[in-house]
Amino acid sequence: MTDAPKHPAGKSANPSVANRAIREMGSATLDGLRKGRNFVEDVGGMTGLLFDTVTWTLRSLFMPKVRFRLATLVTQMVRVGVNSIGIIVLVQAFIGCILSLQLAPTLERYGQLERIADVIAIGVIRELGPMITAIVLSGFAGASIAAELGAMVESEEIKALRAHALDPIQFLVVPRFLATVLMIVGLTVIANVVGIAGGYFTSWLVLNVDPEVYIESTKAALVLSDLTTGLVKAGIFGMLISMIACYEGLTVSGGAVGVGNATTSTVVKSIVAIIGTDAIITAIFFAFGL
Amino acid sequence: MSDAPDITNSIVANAPPEKDDIVISVRGLKKSFVNAEGERSVVLDSITFDVHKGETIVIMGGSGCGKSTLLNCMIGELPIDRGSVQYRISTINDPVDICQVPNDTLDAVRKRFGILFQSGALFNSMTLAENVALPLREHSRLDERIIDIMVALKLQQVKMLPHRDKFPSQLSGGQKKRGGLARAIALDPEMLFYDEPSAGLDPVTSTAIDQLIMDLSDKLNVTSVVVTHEMDSAFRIADRMILLDKGMVLKMGNRASFEALRDADPNSLTNPSDRLMNQFLNGFGEGPLTDAEGISEFERLIVAP
Ligand SMILES: Nc1ncnc2c1ncn2[C@@H]1O[C@H](COP(=O)(O)OP(=O)(O)OP(=O)(O)O)[C@@H](O)[C@H]1O
Ligand SMILES: [Mg+2]
Repeated sequence: MTDAPKHPAGKSANPSVANRAIREMGSATLDGLRKGRNFVEDVGGMTGLLFDTVTWTLRSLFMPKVRFRLATLVTQMVRVGVNSIGIIVLVQAFIGCILSLQLAPTLERYGQLERIADVIAIGVIRELGPMITAIVLSGFAGASIAAELGAMVESEEIKALRAHALDPIQFLVVPRFLATVLMIVGLTVIANVVGIAGGYFTSWLVLNVDPEVYIESTKAALVLSDLTTGLVKAGIFGMLISMIACYEGLTVSGGAVGVGNATTSTVVKSIVAIIGTDAIITAIFFAFGL
Repeated sequence: MSDAPDITNSIVANAPPEKDDIVISVRGLKKSFVNAEGERSVVLDSITFDVHKGETIVIMGGSGCGKSTLLNCMIGELPIDRGSVQYRISTINDPVDICQVPNDTLDAVRKRFGILFQSGALFNSMTLAENVALPLREHSRLDERIIDIMVALKLQQVKMLPHRDKFPSQLSGGQKKRGGLARAIALDPEMLFYDEPSAGLDPVTSTAIDQLIMDLSDKLNVTSVVVTHEMDSAFRIADRMILLDKGMVLKMGNRASFEALRDADPNSLTNPSDRLMNQFLNGFGEGPLTDAEGISEFERLIVAP
C-alpha cells in the first residue's frame, strides 16, 4: 500500500502489460511443466504396463496354472495382420519403385547403375521395411486397439473383468501385445520381399538394368545380420505400438471424445516413438558395427 | 438434537446378537476426486456401517450423491483416501481389508462377489450366453456341457433364456441389466452388489428382479448391498436402509424406522433432517430438499453440528 502513491497514474498501463506478459509466461511455463509431467507419467505407465505384460506372458507360457489363450491370440493376429497386409504390400511396392527412380540419376553419373540393387536391398531390409510396416500398423492395429479398449473402459467392461477376478492385462493386453509383435515381424518379411521386388521391376523395366545382375548383386550385398537387425527392430516397434495403444485405451476418460483422443494420440505417439527409437537403435547397431 | 447421536443409536439398535455374523464392515471411509484443474472434491466422508450375513441393505440417496462411488470403493475398484472396508469370506479364514490386500487375495475375495453394474457391463464382443459362461469357464473346472446347463439355468432365473445367443448391442437397456445379473450370479456368490437393479425396467420385470434378490437372500443366505432410488423396490427388499446425502450417512436404520418416517405427516415433524428424509422418501416436490432456506438450514445442522 505504501508503494502505491510512488507510481504515477500514467505508468499504470505499462505494469499491466508487463504483468500480463509475466502471467502468460508463468502459465506457459506451468503448461510446459504439466506436459513434461504428463510425458513422464505416460512413459512410467507404459513401462509398468510392459513389465506386467511380459510377466503375464511368461507366466502363461511356463506356469501350467495360467492358461495360454491360443484362440484369442489367433483372433488378434488375424485382426492385426489381415487388414494391414494389402496396404503394406501397396506402400512397399511404391517405396521400392521410388527408391530406384530417385537413386538412378546419381548412380548413373558415377557409372554405377548396377549397384542400385545393393542400395535398395540394404535400405529396404534394414530400414524401410520395418519402419513403413510399423507406421502402417500404428494406424491399423494401434488405433483400433486403443479405440476398442477405450470403449471397453467407457462401457464398464474393464471394471466388470476385474470384478470377476480376471486381470485385464492377462485377458486383453497380452494377446494384443503378442499378436502385434508376431505379426509385425511376419509383415516386415513380406514388406522386405515386396520392396525389393518393386525395385527389381522398376530397375528392369524402366532403367534397363539386367535382371540377373540385379538378383546377383542383391544376394552379394546382403548378409544375415541385415535381415536380423531389421526384424529385431520390427519386433521392438511392435512392442511400442501395442504398449502405446493398450495404455492409451485403458486410461481413457471422458466418453466418446476421450476414445477419439486416445485413438489420435496412439497414432501420433507411435509414429514419434517408432522414429525416435529407430534412431537410437540404428546408432547402437552402428556403434557395434552390426 | 444433532444427527450424530441418531446414527449411533441406530447402530446400537441394530447391533447383531453375536458379532460374528458381520460380513462387511465399512469404517470411516473417505473418498475424493481430483479434477483436471487439480481441485479436490470430497464425494464420500466418514461412511461407517456394517452388513450382517444374509441381510439385504439398501443404500439410497439423490442422484450424484456418491452411491455408485461407494459401491466401487467397497468392491476395491476405486482406491479410498481414508478408512477401511473389511470382509469375512467363507473361503478365507481372517477378515480381509479390501483396500490393503495383495492382488491375489483381492481376486480370491472377488470370486465370492457378484456385482451388477449400473449399465449391466456385459462384454460386447461375446453373446449373452458366453458372457454368463465366462466366469464359469475361467474360475471353475466344470465340463463344457455342465456349463451350458448352468448358463441356461441362470438365464432362466432372470427371464433372459430366449435371448441367449444375442450380442449385448442387440439387447435393450433392461435386458442388458438382467443379463448382467445372470452373469453376477453365475458363480453362486456369497455377496451380491447391485447398482440400480430395477432402474429402466417395467414394473412387472422390476418386481420379478426384486423377488429374485429376496429369493437369493432367503434361500441361499446371500448378503446383498443394493443401491437404488426406486422407493417401492427399496421398501420391498430392504432389511435395513442407509440414506446418503452430500457424501455422508444421513440416516441408517431398519426398514420399519424408515417406513415410519415415510408415512409421517411432514407438518408434524420438527427435526429438519426428518423433514428432509420424509420429502426424499415420498418424492415430494416441496420440502427442505428443494427449498433453498431449508438447504442452508440443513447444511448448518449436518456439516457443522
Ligand atoms: N471418476 C470421477 N472423477 C471425478 N468425479 C467423479 C468421478 N466419479 C464420480 N464423480 C463424482 O462423484 C459424485 C458421485 O457420483 P456417483 O456416480 O457415485 O453418483 P450416484 O449417487 O451413483 O448417482 P446416480 O444415482 O445418478 O447413479 C458425482 O458428483 C460425480 O460428479
Ligand atoms: Mg450411480
